Amino acid sequence: MNFANLLKIALRAIMRNKTRALLTMLGIIIGISAVITMLSLGEGVKSGMTSEFASMGTNSIMVMPARQHRGGVDMGNSTSKSLDEKDLAELEKSCPHVASFSPSVSAPAQMVFGSRNHSGSVQGCSPAYLTINNYSLERGLMFTEQDVQTYAKVCVIGKTIVEELFPDGTNPVGQTIRFGKIPMKVIGVLKEKGQGSFGNDADDIALAPYTTVQKRFLGIKYFTMLEASAVSQAASEDAATEISRSLRKTHGIDNPENDDFDVMTMDEMLTSMDSVMSMLTLLLTAIASISLIVGGIGIMNIMYVTVTERTREIGLRMSIGARQRDIMLQFLFESVVLSLIGGLIGILFGILFSWAIVALISSSGEMPITFILSYKAIFASFVVCVAVGVFFGWYPAKKAANLDPIQALRYE
Amino acid sequence: MSIIEIKNLKRDFVVGSETVHALRGITFSIEPGEFVSIMGTSGSGKSTLLNILGCLDTPTEGSYTIDGVDVSALSRNELADIRNHKIGFVFQSYNLLPRTSVLENVELPLMYNKHFSSRQRRERAMEVIQRVGLETRIQHTSAQLSGGQQQRVAIARALVGDPVIVLADEATGNLDTRTSYEIMALFQELHSQGTTIAFVTHEPDIATFTSRTIKLRDGHITEDFPVATASAQAALDALPASEDY
Repeated sequence: MNFANLLKIALRAIMRNKTRALLTMLGIIIGISAVITMLSLGEGVKSGMTSEFASMGTNSIMVMPARQHRGGVDMGNSTSKSLDEKDLAELEKSCPHVASFSPSVSAPAQMVFGSRNHSGSVQGCSPAYLTINNYSLERGLMFTEQDVQTYAKVCVIGKTIVEELFPDGTNPVGQTIRFGKIPMKVIGVLKEKGQGSFGNDADDIALAPYTTVQKRFLGIKYFTMLEASAVSQAASEDAATEISRSLRKTHGIDNPENDDFDVMTMDEMLTSMDSVMSMLTLLLTAIASISLIVGGIGIMNIMYVTVTERTREIGLRMSIGARQRDIMLQFLFESVVLSLIGGLIGILFGILFSWAIVALISSSGEMPITFILSYKAIFASFVVCVAVGVFFGWYPAKKAANLDPIQALRYE
Repeated sequence: MSIIEIKNLKRDFVVGSETVHALRGITFSIEPGEFVSIMGTSGSGKSTLLNILGCLDTPTEGSYTIDGVDVSALSRNELADIRNHKIGFVFQSYNLLPRTSVLENVELPLMYNKHFSSRQRRERAMEVIQRVGLETRIQHTSAQLSGGQQQRVAIARALVGDPVIVLADEATGNLDTRTSYEIMALFQELHSQGTTIAFVTHEPDIATFTSRTIKLRDGHITEDFPVATASAQAALDALPASEDY
C-alpha cells in the first residue's frame, strides 16, 4: 500500500473518534509546547542579555577580588579586601592597553531633598566610569580627578532619582542632596539609559568619587571591584593580561593558580553567561521532555486498545491479502500521525506561550529578553514526534501484525 | 488443469494435552467453472477445510495445489499474495469495514495489489459493483445497507481481484429466506458467467442451488456427487409475496 493511502487510512481512523485522539495527543502537546517554550525562553534570555552586555561597552573589563571558580557571572559582593590604591597605582603605570580605570565601591543611601526622599545606593567610582559603562551627561559636569583626590562631596545622578527628588522640574544641578547624614552637591545629571544588564534600572544611580564613598560612607580603604576599559575590543585580551600581571606583582603572587582576583573581559563574561544559560535551558528542556515520555505511553496505550478493537478488521485485511508488513505500517502510521498532529499543536502553543511570557517579562523590566523563533527547535520537535510515534507505536503495531487471521476473524 | 487439487489432506490441532484430528485425509479436486457446495455438521471439519482452501491455514499433512501452485512451500507473505490474487472470500457476517463506503470496501483487496493504479482500482471496483447490482449505492456505508446488500458488497469485493475461485462460508447464514435466495440467484448468475465457486453450508436447500456437493463427516469425505441444480430465481419467485404492514 502506498504512502498516500496509508496516510488517508491513518487520518480517517484518528478522525473517527476526535475526543479520544485529542486526549491521547495531550501528553505530546504539553511536552512539545513545554520544550519549545523552554528552548525559546532560553535563547531569548541569552539574546537579550547579549545585547544588554553590548550596551555596556565592548571594551569593558572587570576585576574582582577572590577568584570565582564557578563559570558563572557572579557579580555578587565579595568579602575579600584585596584590591586597593596600591594596586591601582601600579595598574595605571603598567597597562598600556588599558584606556582608563574606575575603582568601584558602593554604599546604601537614603537620599533626601526637602520633603522628598529616595532609597537607593551611592556608587563610588572614578570619572572614567562614564566611558566604561556607556553613560553620558545630559546636563552639568562629571566630577574630576581633583574631586577624587580631595574626597569632594559631589555627585552625579540619574533620571530616576531626578524624578523622585525633583518632581516639579527644578534643575537638580547646584542643589544639595543629603545622603543619610552627608550632604552632597549635585553637579551633573545623566542621560536616560533604560534597563541595565541585569534587569536593574540603570537610571536609578548616584555617582560620587570613590574616595568619598570609601572614607565618608564606608570607612574602608579597599575597592569592591575594579572596572577598566581597554583601548579597543581587540586589545581586551592584552589589557586583561597586563592587569593580571600587575596585580600579581603588587600582591606578590608567583603562581597564577594562586590569584586572589579575577579578571574578566567582556568576551569572557558573555561566554560564561552563555554557558550558564545553555546549561539552564538544557536542564529545563530535559524536565519538559518527561512529558513527552508520558505522552508516548499514552499513545502506546491507545494503540493497544485500537488494535484490540479492530481485531476483526485486521483479520479481514489479512484474509484478502494484507501482509504482516502492511498491517504493521497501517498502525505505525496511525501512531506517528497522532504524534505529529500533537506535535504541531504543541509547537503552536509553545510559540504562543513563549511570545506571551516574553511580552510579560519585557514589560515588567525584570530581565532583558527577546522573542526568538528557533527553527532548529521546531524541526527537532518534528523529528522527536516521529521518533516517539514509531517507538511507542511499535509494539501495538507488531501485535496487530502477528495476529492469526482465523482467530482474528472469529473475534467478537 | 484443476483449479483446486487436494491430496490426502490432514489437519491436526493440539488443544491442551489432546490432539483434535479435524481433517483425516481428504482427497478431491475442483475444476474451473464448478459450483461446489461443501456440507457437514459442526465438527465435520468443513470450516477447517475452508480455511486451508483459503490459505489462512496450512495442512499438517497432504498437499494443496491452487491454480497449479503448491502452497505447502510458501512463506507467510507468499500465502498473503495468493489470497490477494487468486482467492475471493465471502463470509457469513459480511465483514465489511465500518463507516466506509461501498466503493472503498470493494476496492480494498486492490489496495494491497501493487499492479493496480488508483484509477484502475476505481474502474475495476465500479465494474464489479455493477455486476452485483449496487451501482446506485456506491457512497453508502454498511450502516445504510440491508443484510442482503451488504453481502452483495462482500461478493463484489471477492470478485474485484479476478480470483480463480470464490470461497463462501455460510454466505446466507445471516439472511432470511427471501434474501438468501436472492444471493443464491446472484451466485448462480456469476457461475453462469464462468466463476468457480466453493460454498460451505449446512442448509440442504441452499446446496440444491449448486452443481456438486461434497459431504464431510468427522474429517472424512462421505459423499461427493453432482447435483441437479435448481434455479434460485425460480425458488425466489415461488416464495409467497411478502406481507405488507
